[in-house]
Amino acid sequence: MTWTDTERPAVRLLIVDDEAGFTDVLCKRMARRGVNATSVSCGEDAVQVLRRAEFDVAIVDLKLQGMDGVEILKVFKLMAPEMPVIMLTGHGSDEAREACMKLGAEGYLSKPVDFELLFVKTLHWGAGRATA
Amino acid sequence: MKKGKISSYDRLTRNIALTVITVSLAPLILVGGVIFDQFRSIYEEKVYSHLSEVVDKHATNIDAFLRDKLYEIQYLNTAYSYEQLTSAEFLDETLRGMQQQFGRIFVDFGVIDAHGRQVAYAGPFKLLGADYSNADWYRKSRDRNAYVSDVFEGLRQSPHFIITINNGKGERAWTLRATVDFLAFSHLVENIRIGKTGFAYILNDQGVFQTKPHEDQAEKLVLTPGKRIETAGAEGGVTIRHSEGSDGEIYITVSSPLNGGNWELVYQQSLGDAFSDMIRAEYVVLIIFALGGLGIVAMAVLVSRKLVGRCRAMDKESELMNRQMVETGKLAAIGELAAGIAHEINNPVAIMIEEAGWVGDLLKDEAPPMPSRGEIDRALNQVVTQGRRCKDITHKLLSFARQTDPRVTEVSLPALIREVVELSMQPAKYGHVDFSLNLDQDMPPVAASMSELQQVFLNLVNNSIQAMEADGGVLTLGCSRQGNDAVVTVQDTGPGIPAANLGRIFDPFFTTKPVGKGSGLGLSICFGIIHQMGGDIEVESAVGVGTKFTVRLPFPPPADQQERQQEMYHD
Repeated sequence: MTWTDTERPAVRLLIVDDEAGFTDVLCKRMARRGVNATSVSCGEDAVQVLRRAEFDVAIVDLKLQGMDGVEILKVFKLMAPEMPVIMLTGHGSDEAREACMKLGAEGYLSKPVDFELLFVKTLHWGAGRATA
Repeated sequence: MKKGKISSYDRLTRNIALTVITVSLAPLILVGGVIFDQFRSIYEEKVYSHLSEVVDKHATNIDAFLRDKLYEIQYLNTAYSYEQLTSAEFLDETLRGMQQQFGRIFVDFGVIDAHGRQVAYAGPFKLLGADYSNADWYRKSRDRNAYVSDVFEGLRQSPHFIITINNGKGERAWTLRATVDFLAFSHLVENIRIGKTGFAYILNDQGVFQTKPHEDQAEKLVLTPGKRIETAGAEGGVTIRHSEGSDGEIYITVSSPLNGGNWELVYQQSLGDAFSDMIRAEYVVLIIFALGGLGIVAMAVLVSRKLVGRCRAMDKESELMNRQMVETGKLAAIGELAAGIAHEINNPVAIMIEEAGWVGDLLKDEAPPMPSRGEIDRALNQVVTQGRRCKDITHKLLSFARQTDPRVTEVSLPALIREVVELSMQPAKYGHVDFSLNLDQDMPPVAASMSELQQVFLNLVNNSIQAMEADGGVLTLGCSRQGNDAVVTVQDTGPGIPAANLGRIFDPFFTTKPVGKGSGLGLSICFGIIHQMGGDIEVESAVGVGTKFTVRLPFPPPADQQERQQEMYHD
């Protein structure tokens, strides 16, 4: 499946990760490919942002200061049950993956993630909602 | 430390032994001593009372004998007149009559006038007209009505004693005298014989023998009277003394007064002889006591040694377990640390990969054609590739750290060995060690704890790499199926293990590495793990050639195979 700028609706992506170096470059690369990415560094900010705007897909780091990824996932699923959430983690254990999947996460990827894979997943989960 | 420990065990052994000996011997000695003392005093009392009874009885007998003889002479004296008694025929007849009646106890009779001259005599000696006025016995008898003399030899030169009865007064006074046979009298006393050294004799008030002393009795024995023994059982008038003999022995002397206090009946026996039965009994008791004591001491020492030996073994075991636990804990801590580091490394690596990707994106979209564009792409790709490699390494580390799980699962040995090899790549590279894998991919899995098996093979591989570190070499890992066992071999081309050490390498704490480098537990833990799984680990080694470890693990009995076998039997 190939995507071109004209065919594709702009996917709105919310990235929650406290690694600014990582989120900055991720946002830039996503933007270059037509994904409208917003990044926040903690769960509290994410909740604020999600209150004001709507997103088609979210990428959430599992290990964060304050609210951790699992708690954010729970809040997201309450605030925007339709929004797919892809979990991203430094290292993935089977238990954490199962817990996240049970809570309704749509994906579970481990860092360092292949950007192309992440992009495809974002489009896959986000584009469906953007068109709908 | 070790020396102090040994001496503390020795001290423990000694303390236990001493306590047991004291606790068992003290009451024994106390009770034994009391019984011993009681027995001794009771027995002594018995011996003394027996001796005093014997002596008293005999004293009574002798006194009775003397009194009888005196009465007999008194009877003659009153029954017959002076004239009759001075008639030689009458006196002779009377003597014969008496001798017929009572035996030859009276040797002779005689009548003595007021001047001490014997005026009539009947007997075997020619003593008519003998002058006794100067005789000791005669003078002593003058102022008494009746008198029994001491024993003396007198005119006839043979021992005898005399009974005298005095009659009348002044010039008309006369005396009837009778001689008593000494042998007959001696006989009364000689009968008293007890034990080997016990015999009796009679002394007068000057301490002169009145009877023949026993032949065995050394004439020269001199007794020094010692302490007087007071016993409850002693008869009235009987005195018991301990006297020291001139031969160095202690003698018991039991004496009783005779003849109205003029004489004394003395019974003498050496102390050792009198108490010979008691002393023998005491010896037997002492021997039994000594043997029992020795038995107690021997048992106490034996038991305490055994006990402390058991303690020491238990201490050693618990020390080993402690060390193993510390080692396991250390491993877990290292695992946790590794996990933390791996996790932290992942983030910067992720950023690096992303940044490289970003550069690639920008170049693709915006860069003008450049002569070195190909080289730039290659470099960016390399950054991404190496970043992914970092990711692989950290993931492996993480997965290893997480696997401290003793749960038994199905483990594929070729996959496990590959994982171990990958984890050991780095140290192998530094040690110039090449891996050679000879893995049977189709072998069935074994049932084991993944993390424990990983620990075993990592240990073996690390040992081999360390052995070859100096000169490099080839580490050959193989796994295959042999019958019902899965066999894994780890073979190196290192310096080998000397035969002297080969038998001890699985012993806990045995190590040839420098202090601080190895705990000596690695192989012993491997040994424990493999044996717990029902497997076996063996080592072959040749100095200068290399070392080969062979691990055998049993396959779990496959359910379907068993069924098939059963079907075959049914067919």
